[in-house]
Amino acid sequence: MSTVTHTSGDQTRPDQGAGRPAADGRAPISVGRGVGSRIFNGFSHAFLAVWAVMVIYPLVWVVMSALKSDSEVIREPLSLIPESLRWENFSRAWGEGHLGAFFLNTLLVLIGSVFLTMLLGSMAAYVLARYEFPGNRVIYFMFLSGLTLPIYLAAVPLFKGVYNMGVVFPLLGPNKHLMLIVVYVAWSLSFTIFFMHSFFRTLPNTIAEAAMVDGAGHSRLFFSVMLPMAKPGLISIGIFNVLGQWNQWYLPTLLMQSVAGEPKNQVISQGLIELSVNQGYKSDWSGLFAGVTMAMLPVLIVYIVFQRQVQAGLTAGVGK
Amino acid sequence: MRHGVARFVTGFLALPVALYLFYVVWPFAQAAGYSLTSWGGYSDNQEFVGLDNYVRLLSDELIRKAFWHNVFFLVTVPLFTIGLALFLAFLLNVGGREDRAGIRGVFGSGVYKVIFFFPQVLSLVVISVMWQQIYRSDSQGLINGLLIKIGLVDADNPIAFTADPEPFLGVPAVLWWLLLIAVWSGAGFYMVLFSAAMQSIPKDIYEAAILDGAGRFHTFFRVTLPLLRDTISVAWVYLGFIALDMYALVFVMTPSQGGPNHASEIFASVLNFTAFQKGQFGYACAMGVALAIFTILLAAAQLRITRRERIEY
Repeated sequence: MSTVTHTSGDQTRPDQGAGRPAADGRAPISVGRGVGSRIFNGFSHAFLAVWAVMVIYPLVWVVMSALKSDSEVIREPLSLIPESLRWENFSRAWGEGHLGAFFLNTLLVLIGSVFLTMLLGSMAAYVLARYEFPGNRVIYFMFLSGLTLPIYLAAVPLFKGVYNMGVVFPLLGPNKHLMLIVVYVAWSLSFTIFFMHSFFRTLPNTIAEAAMVDGAGHSRLFFSVMLPMAKPGLISIGIFNVLGQWNQWYLPTLLMQSVAGEPKNQVISQGLIELSVNQGYKSDWSGLFAGVTMAMLPVLIVYIVFQRQVQAGLTAGVGK
Repeated sequence: MRHGVARFVTGFLALPVALYLFYVVWPFAQAAGYSLTSWGGYSDNQEFVGLDNYVRLLSDELIRKAFWHNVFFLVTVPLFTIGLALFLAFLLNVGGREDRAGIRGVFGSGVYKVIFFFPQVLSLVVISVMWQQIYRSDSQGLINGLLIKIGLVDADNPIAFTADPEPFLGVPAVLWWLLLIAVWSGAGFYMVLFSAAMQSIPKDIYEAAILDGAGRFHTFFRVTLPLLRDTISVAWVYLGFIALDMYALVFVMTPSQGGPNHASEIFASVLNFTAFQKGQFGYACAMGVALAIFTILLAAAQLRITRRERIEY
């Protein structure tokens, strides 16, 4: 009983009748315990509210500071209500701060990389989960081992590999969108395969057999029967990959480096880091706050709209 | 038919395996190879030096420092995050009033859950940049500003936060301030995870406990917590990985990415510094291999320790 999470108020519900034992059949609740309970309830609310404020306050502060003028940021750093709303901070960050370009780069990369990660990841996971062939375990464990290895270890040779690749295929060289897509896909495969593997294992055999009897080939069986059945898993891992790749900063910082003087195609995280690390040289505080706000609000809004799916998707990733 | 299967399997696996081999496996393998050379990264001069780089690691002051800082995060990040997350989940799920139907979750727990989860969807970079502003070492920063206003901190002598190398409890203060950010951003996620696990425990178990006269504290510590063991140990392993990856925070928030005066160096920051600033690629790769071995040993140890019979319900 004690873990009922319930939002409809805490007043005693009318007796729930038939299914329950009579009230006097339970241990009586003494008065003292009732008072203790109320105190504890108050304490719970207080503590939870404090933590909620600690989470929200900085976020609100960033958004509000983004609407202040630079002098107001310095003069009244703490106020949550700007004297006047300066939306031009956003347009400045978008244009002069290059946030617009960062967004476009991130979007271009993510559209390709998330789609390909999901497609290639579930194809590989499906074959590894449902077909017996020599080398199956070896390939599976090769993918799994990628989960434990630190990315920093691969940094130097990875950069060199990408650089050499760029000499042969310019589109796969450093500072190219296509290159970043391919690298994201490769680095996201481990977890995607690990997750989808266990999902495909649980799908019933009978439907697959029925489809085969009806004359479906192996690829058709996968694309029109198995993949639709794996939809809940795909949504979870999709959310996981979108957030993970949106938040990726190490790979772009390493690989989207300017070669031969052309401007860097930075993604959002990388751009924000530079904006903030270089802040010492030219202080555009409100612009920086506007940049952080723009990077943060879309994700927060998507989360609030799809909170159930996002929470389930992300926690399922750990629970497996 | 057999032939068709082989072609299908190959067709589906070829591209993922090829990508993975080229962009993940091959760099790792190369790193292991480079770690045995004195390669500088820019020249073609790759002299084989055997295990020299590894021997050098053992006596490197900076690495030793970074190692202990990693160990600090490895212990404290899971400990504080899980502790706080469990406490929040406990309040959320049993903090409500007691009535005839038993003990309830606190009113509005759904809203709390949504809010506590916020930091999880923000990127580490957004969080770092935001906290950089919160931690500013003048009255413009959120914390210093507030404390100066209520008179707890002297305006001429504000808190230095991540620029503070002075040890607190034997650990540089900057690391504690970074730890606070990690806990702030992680607690909500694990609270949601623990809450979900608590709710999947069948109600009969609680009813039995309450019939036996157990109060909410007893029920929590004697019934709920033991049943959450599996979830907690998984959370511990994940937080362990996160703790090894505090690099984004160190990179954005500390002076000269590992400072002040190397007080916040971790493996990753030393590795990057050695490879890209000092140009000692071979040596940096040896650090990477050492870190990988350390990680794998740790993961294996954790899996061993936390493995126990599952309680089915």
